[in-house]
Amino acid sequence: MKKNQTLKSVYLDHGATTPVDPKVVEAMQSCFTDRFGNVSSIHWFGKEAREGLEKARETIAARLNADKEEIIFTSGGTESNNLAIKGILGAEKGKNHIITSKTEHPAVLRTCRALEKKGVDVTYLDVDQDGFISLEELEQAITGRTALVSIMHANNEIGTIQDIKAIAGICKRKKVKFHTDAVQSFTKVPLDVKDIPADLISLSAHKIHGPKGVGALFVRKGVELAKQMHGGHQEKDLRGGTENVPGIVGFAKAAELAEQKHVQHMQGLRDRFIEKVLQNIPDSVLNGSKERRLCNNANISFKFIEGEALLLHLDEEGIAVSTGSACTSQSLEPSHVLLAIGLEQDVAHGAIRFTLGRENTQEEMDYVFDRLKKSVERLRKISPLGK
Amino acid sequence: MSSYIDQYSEKVKEHFLHPRNMGGISEEELKSGEELVTAEVGNPTCGDMMTLYLKIKDQKILDAKIKTFGCAAAIACSSVTTELVIGKTIAEARKITKEKVAAELGGLPPIKAHCSNLAVDALQKALDNYERGVNVIKK
Repeated sequence: MKKNQTLKSVYLDHGATTPVDPKVVEAMQSCFTDRFGNVSSIHWFGKEAREGLEKARETIAARLNADKEEIIFTSGGTESNNLAIKGILGAEKGKNHIITSKTEHPAVLRTCRALEKKGVDVTYLDVDQDGFISLEELEQAITGRTALVSIMHANNEIGTIQDIKAIAGICKRKKVKFHTDAVQSFTKVPLDVKDIPADLISLSAHKIHGPKGVGALFVRKGVELAKQMHGGHQEKDLRGGTENVPGIVGFAKAAELAEQKHVQHMQGLRDRFIEKVLQNIPDSVLNGSKERRLCNNANISFKFIEGEALLLHLDEEGIAVSTGSACTSQSLEPSHVLLAIGLEQDVAHGAIRFTLGRENTQEEMDYVFDRLKKSVERLRKISPLGK
Repeated sequence: MSSYIDQYSEKVKEHFLHPRNMGGISEEELKSGEELVTAEVGNPTCGDMMTLYLKIKDQKILDAKIKTFGCAAAIACSSVTTELVIGKTIAEARKITKEKVAAELGGLPPIKAHCSNLAVDALQKALDNYERGVNVIKK
């Protein structure tokens, strides 16, 4: 659908990806032609590139209060998740059980399913109606064969923030490695590795106004991983491949630019938007925890209408969002996250995810509310349901 | 979102954004000799549901209205189906297939074929109901 050129264009799909900050682009530019050397080269060009890489590593580490030796750069969140899960399974001999949750990102779930085909046991923990796992169930599920627990920090669809400090504490006590996918939460939710004893943390650049194709995995000192990307000895011999210095430098710059004031700004806009919608658009319901929720996420179901239809109406008005409706998935099944929190299928079909960014304004949110209300009314008018 | 959005033809988009003949037909609207038959297909659990209303007199479909819960393709298929049946005889309407509906829309992405199925199912069910006197109101 071409966006209507006379109207505004409002991007509310930051959970999918974000525009790269101009300062990030600037930081990256210098690496394409000036700092272009191969980090592994012994000569001066390599040294220049190495300096850029190591400075970026320090920046990312500082953001987690970690040591720089604990940061491995990857091609993004998906690779980090794969490296964490397959890496631990490969290193922990004799242990072939993983515990995860039903609401994880496909990068975790499909990795687990692939490992199941190779004989690994996987427990998929249930979540409650807000998307939280039960700490008791987690503790009970851990056995002597459990190699890893993988629970994401903030959910990409419904924004629910798990208590990873408590989860990490349980895992530490039971001597099981703990991995958390922090792709959505990094720089938005406090994450201090001296406070939260996680062993592995996945990060991604393109969710925080950095470039696509680069991410990192925090690997706590002493944690052994089986290498997945064989080749050169880069990244402490854990991940072969010439380092993507421009991407990594961009990632670090993006992390540097993400401030607490942005979190407060997004949260304010988001909270006011949710309140306005729930109060003024009947038969609308917030999906996921109201309180322990990612600052920029609003996932709302509009009863009696279907998500793709609403999404395309909004798209016509220049508004970009996403939906957990079946009609936009290849399998014709609604979002696994929405089903896991117990939403009735028809309510899951009417879910829209709004994910804000630091550049969104109150004026934009008011415009979106106005168009949203009209579009919902139009679709309800032609629906056989409701009334 | 997959790339099928780009595969929606201009006609699908037109019928989706400006759907024709949306709504219902009530008993009060019927004049002498006219009959109203309704048919409901699909269900909200599947994400696709349609309720079709036909006003029939002397074996001819005078008017058709439809209500749809579903995606853009489903809404477009319901809209175009009503246009295809209005003014047709029951025998002519029986010949309307899902391929005709899809063709009238300039084609549908393969994953959306079930939407044209549902619209035609609604039509055939309404005509079946009419023949069996199910959900029929006569003036």
